[in-house]
Amino acid sequence: MIFENLAEKLQNTFSGLKNRGKLSEKDVELALKEVRLALLEADVNYKVVKTFTERVRTRAVGEEVLKSLTPAQQVIKIVYDELTALMGGAVSGLNLSHSPSNIMMVGLQGAGKTTTAGKLARNLKENGRRPLLVACDIYRPAAIKQLQVVGSQVGVEVFSVADQKPVSIAKAALKYANQNGYDVIIIDTAGRLHIDEDLMQELVDIKSALNPQEILFIADAMTGQDAVNVADSFNQRLDISGVILTKMDGDARGGAALSIREVVGKPIKYASFGEKLDSLEAFHPDRMTSRILGMGDLGTILEKAQKAIDEKDAQQMMDKLTTDDFNLEDFYNQMQQMKKMGPLNQLLEMVPGMNKQLKGQDLSGAEDEMKKIEAMINSMTNKERRQPDIIDASRKKRIAVGSGVKVQDVNKLLKQFSETKKMMRQFGGLATGKGKRKIRMPFFGK
Amino acid sequence: MGFFDRLFSGLTKTRDNLVKQIKSVLKGKKISEELFEELEEILIGADIGVKSTLEIVENVRERCKNEKIQDGEEVEKILKDELKKLLGENSALKPPETTPWVIMVVGVNGVGKTTTIGKLAAKFTKEGKKVMLAAGDTFRAAAAEQLGIWAERSKAQLIRHAEGSDPAAVAFDAVQAAKTRKSDVLIVDTAGRLHTKSNLMDELKKVRRVIDREMPGAPHDVLLVMDATTGQNGLSQAKVFKETTEVNGIVLTKLDGTSKGGIIVAIKKELDLPVKYIGVGEGIDDLQEFNPDEFIEALFGN
Repeated sequence: MIFENLAEKLQNTFSGLKNRGKLSEKDVELALKEVRLALLEADVNYKVVKTFTERVRTRAVGEEVLKSLTPAQQVIKIVYDELTALMGGAVSGLNLSHSPSNIMMVGLQGAGKTTTAGKLARNLKENGRRPLLVACDIYRPAAIKQLQVVGSQVGVEVFSVADQKPVSIAKAALKYANQNGYDVIIIDTAGRLHIDEDLMQELVDIKSALNPQEILFIADAMTGQDAVNVADSFNQRLDISGVILTKMDGDARGGAALSIREVVGKPIKYASFGEKLDSLEAFHPDRMTSRILGMGDLGTILEKAQKAIDEKDAQQMMDKLTTDDFNLEDFYNQMQQMKKMGPLNQLLEMVPGMNKQLKGQDLSGAEDEMKKIEAMINSMTNKERRQPDIIDASRKKRIAVGSGVKVQDVNKLLKQFSETKKMMRQFGGLATGKGKRKIRMPFFGK
Repeated sequence: MGFFDRLFSGLTKTRDNLVKQIKSVLKGKKISEELFEELEEILIGADIGVKSTLEIVENVRERCKNEKIQDGEEVEKILKDELKKLLGENSALKPPETTPWVIMVVGVNGVGKTTTIGKLAAKFTKEGKKVMLAAGDTFRAAAAEQLGIWAERSKAQLIRHAEGSDPAAVAFDAVQAAKTRKSDVLIVDTAGRLHTKSNLMDELKKVRRVIDREMPGAPHDVLLVMDATTGQNGLSQAKVFKETTEVNGIVLTKLDGTSKGGIIVAIKKELDLPVKYIGVGEGIDDLQEFNPDEFIEALFGN
């Protein structure tokens, strides 16, 4: 990408300039040129870019440059604040006050409605709800079958009726939900063009039949300039309640989110990060801002780490790591905690600056390696895990057979483990001593 | 409906949008810096991208200067001409000398790969060819069923395995079957995948490798299906798919919406990847060969 990092770019633009009191018109103009390009490259609609940069200009010119900041940093701060404000402050959830609460999924073809419906059902179910998926896409070949498969994967019933119009199916589903104690109905509708009058009318009809609490517009994060027209049309006809941004696991900067937010004014409620059915997350405006600007995302990784690792556990682990008590069982737990945080490459991408270093590096190998190690530890007895020293040749052979690897792999694991242990002991010494030393992780280095 | 009519009707929205804007900008205007800025906005608004837009407009500006053009409407001609130069000549797919003609279809999720294959199959059947489809999307729920319905509609044969099986194995079987059953065309569907997932891109490479091993020289064509609503990410998609699977052409789908699909201009410019077909609707006949001249004419509404 051309504008990999706006922060860096602005830094270069301002190189040579030191703090000098107030931001001049020229300073701001210079910075805004880069901001404008970055936003356009991120697919923010050009009209939105125009009004946005105008807003920043008005606010920035004449502003005092804070003592601790350079003019570039000051401009970035203003841009960041304004963007975050535009994206909407707090995280907004779903209105599920009714029983059943009705949720309609709408959008263009291929945005990811069916998959997202499955993910949403899974989320709700995990939160103690009883969701029912409703198949109203009677047009696309095998769409109903797709929802049925997704439904069975997440363990949620799928309601469908053959040879009926979507409006009748939706009505029948409501009745069915009432009779069977479902408290949320998720209606999957067919993808349609916003300019297709007949099909848009169909959505309006479903809406008036069901009175849904939520109408969620599903938007592909890769959408370009036209995102505003599409979202605006859907909103005009249906008065949508929110947006779900899909395919966020790609490298699109997702400027469409900003455009939609500015033009339609409805909150983005969820973002979806992969094809696995557990990859739907609440949307965080501040993180999206960083992504659109290409500035990394420290907030997400911090929170992910916090969620996955209970602090007490972490302290206990730390204590263990630095003593001789550290065994394969602990090692296994440590790996599980890391796994909870998500795929390795996604995790590392969120560290500012890491993005660039990671380009071209394939981390899937490291993940495969982790899987293998997991399998091997799973094949050990509790005693073996706690006292790896007792693992002799015949035990190695059994473990290898049990986990589908070669004996060499088991040897490698044991060797790496003892290296790690040694390293951790050194680290323990360092932690109390002084001096910084780079910690090498034997399991991920090649 | 004739070829041109269909292209034309499919592109009506696209054309109306761009034309209305261009006309309103250029009509009765003298050349000025402002006018060029407005041109830039229109091209960027069509998803052509900042870099390509700046270069195209710079060329137009230069030519206006050299050719001493004063009138705003003359600029339209020059802009069209520049776009034509960029998109190059029509280059439709040509079948190889030997059969089966193997075409592999790739792309990110939700762009319309399976639908496009259905339409392609119908087109080839209509031309009197014997068509076979390979359900290589073994990942997405009910993808093979979806292709199966298209196979029925287009009277093509279908090779499929169970969900979750190895797509390379499907490709292997399909090539064998197409050879023994003497199919004229074999179209291999693949699961949608984001170009950033290296393991999935490796899987695609493997599918390609297996096809090549079973029939040297195949696949003869690898088509990247791209959604016309795609923004700047399209360039990154095209780049990675081209590198990993030797894509040689693009199918631009969903052009019946209001999106302009301008990213294909940037892709042609940066990667020299031409568009072969366009999708203009969900019907079985809504696939047309891409013709750069007519595409631009239709865009400008002449």
